[in-house]
Amino acid sequence: MRFMVMVKANADSEAGVMPHEDLLRQMGEYNEELVKAGVMLAGEGLQPSSKGARVKFSGKDRSVIDGPFTEAKELIAGYWIMQVKSLDEAIEWVKRCPNPMEGDSEIEIRQVFEAEDFGDEYTPELREQGDRIREQAEANQQ
Amino acid sequence: MAAPDAHRAIDAVWRIESARVIAGLARIVRDVGLAEDLAQDALVAALEQWPESGVPDNPGAWLMATAKHRGIDRLRHKKMAERKQEQLGREMEIEQRLTESDLAAEIDDDIGDDLLSLIFTACHPVLSPDARVALTLRLVGALTTPEIARAFLIPESTVAQRVVRAKRTLAEAQVPIEVPSGSERDARLSSVLEVIYMIFNEGYSATAGDDWMRPALCEDALRLGRILAGLAPNEPEVHGLVALMEIQASRLRARTGPSGDPILLLDQDRARWDRVLIARGLAALRRAEQLGGALGPCALQAAIAACHARARTPEETDWERIAALYDALTQLTASPVVELNRAVAVSMAFGPAAGLDVVDALGSEPALEGYHLLPSVRGDLLARLGRHDEARAEFERAAALTRNERERTLLLARAAP
Repeated sequence: MRFMVMVKANADSEAGVMPHEDLLRQMGEYNEELVKAGVMLAGEGLQPSSKGARVKFSGKDRSVIDGPFTEAKELIAGYWIMQVKSLDEAIEWVKRCPNPMEGDSEIEIRQVFEAEDFGDEYTPELREQGDRIREQAEANQQ
Repeated sequence: MAAPDAHRAIDAVWRIESARVIAGLARIVRDVGLAEDLAQDALVAALEQWPESGVPDNPGAWLMATAKHRGIDRLRHKKMAERKQEQLGREMEIEQRLTESDLAAEIDDDIGDDLLSLIFTACHPVLSPDARVALTLRLVGALTTPEIARAFLIPESTVAQRVVRAKRTLAEAQVPIEVPSGSERDARLSSVLEVIYMIFNEGYSATAGDDWMRPALCEDALRLGRILAGLAPNEPEVHGLVALMEIQASRLRARTGPSGDPILLLDQDRARWDRVLIARGLAALRRAEQLGGALGPCALQAAIAACHARARTPEETDWERIAALYDALTQLTASPVVELNRAVAVSMAFGPAAGLDVVDALGSEPALEGYHLLPSVRGDLLARLGRHDEARAEFERAAALTRNERERTLLLARAAP
C-alpha cells in the first residue's frame, strides 16, 4: 500500500528560508535510506505558497487567488510517496526522519486510495469515467 | 503503550530492521540459520519488553545488542550440556566473535556488504528454487512463514520445512556467507535475479478473489529489487530487472476486467497504467543503459516493456524497435518462445507475411511441439493474409492443444467459418 507523507510548512519555510546545511545533509541521508530500503517511490520539496495559487469553486464559478496564504500550519512544504506494508511501517519510517524544521514541526501520513478501496460502489462505468478524467488530466500536463 | 499497538509497532520495526540484523549476525556467527534464530530471540524479547517500556529510540541497535547477548547465553548454556569436543571448539569461537563484536554500534554504519552477502547466500544454487524463494522472503523480505504460505497457496508446514532444510543445506555445504567475486559472480547474480523475478511472477499471476497476500508479492519483489539496486548499483541487469518489474507492475490494475477476466496488453485502458511506476521503470532502464555494454536479458525485456509504456495509444507502438529488441533477446537466450514473440513483433512492424516467415522457420522446433501459441499465432497471421482455410486449421489445432477453457472458446470462435 502507498502513503503520502506530508511535511507541514511553517513561517520559515513560507518565507523561503532555506534549511541549514546540516539539515540538508541529514535529509539527504534519510532519503537515501528510504531509497535503499526500497520504500520511497517519489518525493519533492515544495516552494513557498507565495509562488502558488488557489482556485476557489462556488457552484459553476471559479476564482483564482494568488499566494501567499497565511495559515502556514495548513500548508505543505514537501512530500514523499512511500510503498510499505502498513500504516505502522509508514509511522516507523517517519519517526526516523530528521526534524524537518527548526523547532516544532509536523508530518502527516495519509493512505493513498486504490481503485479497489471504493468497493462495489465503484462500478465499471464509474471507473471508466474516473479513468477518462485522469487521462484528460495527463493529456493536459503534456 | 497498549499491547496491540505495541505489537503492530514491533511488526513494523521488524519489517524495517530484520534483514539488517540477520545480515550483521550472519557475518559474525557465519551461519544463516543461527543468525536467524538469534534475531528471532531478539524479536521475542522485544515482544516481551516493548509493550511495557515502549519502542526504544534506536530499535535496530536494541535488537542487535539483544540478539548478541542471547547468542552468548545460548552458546554458554549449550556448552555445559553437550561437551562434544569438536563442536565445543567451534562454538567457543563463535561465542568469542560475538563477544568481541560491536553489532549494536555497527547497525547504523553501512552494512550493505552484509546484506548483499545474505541475499547471495539465500539465493545460493545449492538450494532448490523453491527453497531460495522461501529463504529470501523470510530473511531479506521479512515475511513470516504463515505469510509466505498464504501468498504461495501452500501449507505452513511445507514452508517451515523448506526453510529449515534450506538452512541445514547451507550449513552442511559450508556455503560461505559472502559476495561472490570473479567468474562465479555473474552466475550467482543471475540466480538472485531469477529468485526475485519468480517472486514477482507469483504475485503477477494472482487472479481476482485470491488472498491479497498474493498480489502483494509483486510489491515484495519490487522492494527486494530496489534494495538490490542500491547494493549493487553497477550491475546493469539489476537495474534491468527493476525496470522490467516496475513497468509490468504499472499495468497491474489494467490487466483484468471487472469480472476478473484478463485483458491483453493492446486492449488495456492505458489511462489505468500507473504513471509513477512507469517513470520509475524508465529511469531504471536508463541506468541500465548508461552503465554501458550490451543489454542483458532483463534489460532487453525491460526495453520491450518500455516501448509499450511509452506509446500513448496501441497505434503509437514502435514495433520496429520491439522486433529488433526481440532479435537481440533471441540471440542471447536461443529461446523458441522468444522467437515466436519476435514473429508477432515483426508482423506488426513489417506485415503478416514477414511474421509468417519467422514462424515457419520455427515450424520444426521440437521445444514448441504441443505449444498452442505456435498454431494460434500462425493462424492469426494467415487470417491477416486472407488465407482463411489454412487459418481455420491452425486455430483448430491450437484449440485442441490449449488447457485453458476460455482460450479454447476464443480459438474455436476464430476457427468458425
